[in-house]
Amino acid sequence: MTVFAFYLFAALMIASGAFVIFARNPVHSVLWLILAFFNAAGLMVLVGAEFLAMLLLVVYVGAVAVLFLFVVMMLNIDFAEMRAGFMKNAPLGVAIAVILLAELVLGIGAYRAGALELGTPDGSAAPLVGESNIENIGALLYGDYLFLFEVAGIILLVAMIGAIVLTHRGPGSPRGQQDISRQVRRRPQDATELKQPGIGQGVEL
Amino acid sequence: MIGIEHYVVVSSILFVLGVLGIFLNRKNIIVILMAIELILLAVNINLVAFSAYLNDLTGQVFAMFVLTVAAAEAAIGLAILVTYFRSRGTIAVDDVNRMKG
Repeated sequence: MTVFAFYLFAALMIASGAFVIFARNPVHSVLWLILAFFNAAGLMVLVGAEFLAMLLLVVYVGAVAVLFLFVVMMLNIDFAEMRAGFMKNAPLGVAIAVILLAELVLGIGAYRAGALELGTPDGSAAPLVGESNIENIGALLYGDYLFLFEVAGIILLVAMIGAIVLTHRGPGSPRGQQDISRQVRRRPQDATELKQPGIGQGVEL
Repeated sequence: MIGIEHYVVVSSILFVLGVLGIFLNRKNIIVILMAIELILLAVNINLVAFSAYLNDLTGQVFAMFVLTVAAAEAAIGLAILVTYFRSRGTIAVDDVNRMKG
């Protein structure tokens, strides 16, 4: 059962990852990306990392993918023009991808042959038996990695301030400003004109 | 139980798909950002798989930090994209070097 679930999640994740980069419409790309994240969360649940799987769903599907959707739909972009260089770049891209994949798989084969020595854990971060995944991660995160955890908070704060500073349009920017005195100053005789057209004649605007 | 090699191969394929996406969609920066997300997802799967098989939770903690950086990177990247689109009316990144100065 676990084997079946693994191959199902893995195949769906790779297929949706391929659709992310091959989809014609970026909205479809975002939706395929969401499917890829769901399947990756499934893979993480299979090895017992439930907390990280749920975090992946909350952060990526709930925040990042929705942000992508907002931007794709907010910007009015001609996506057909964006596809122009697709086939031109295809041979080089596919060649590099195949070489990279071959190298990675060969490297994994070398690891299985015993040519590489991986480090062994010293047991200091081993999960405690009988406690849940989230308790173990919490103990580690607020213990050994407290400083890194706070640095992560600073990174998020800087990212938030940076995004606001980049996109904020303060007063004095050309568009999107409401000039109340100009609205109040406007009079009906400036804005409208009454005409009495003769019979059989149109109105000259 | 699935072997660690299966997880590593799956994440390698996803990583390569992300790299391929950057090469194929060189004009569309939105898809490039999504391909970067795919690459970071592959790294996360690797970290979590090794964490589970070595029985060491450090990998999962670091996957969380990767997640944090990925979220920050997506927010900043999309903010730059929106600013660029406002000033130029397009998101074609071929002539993005005009942004300097």
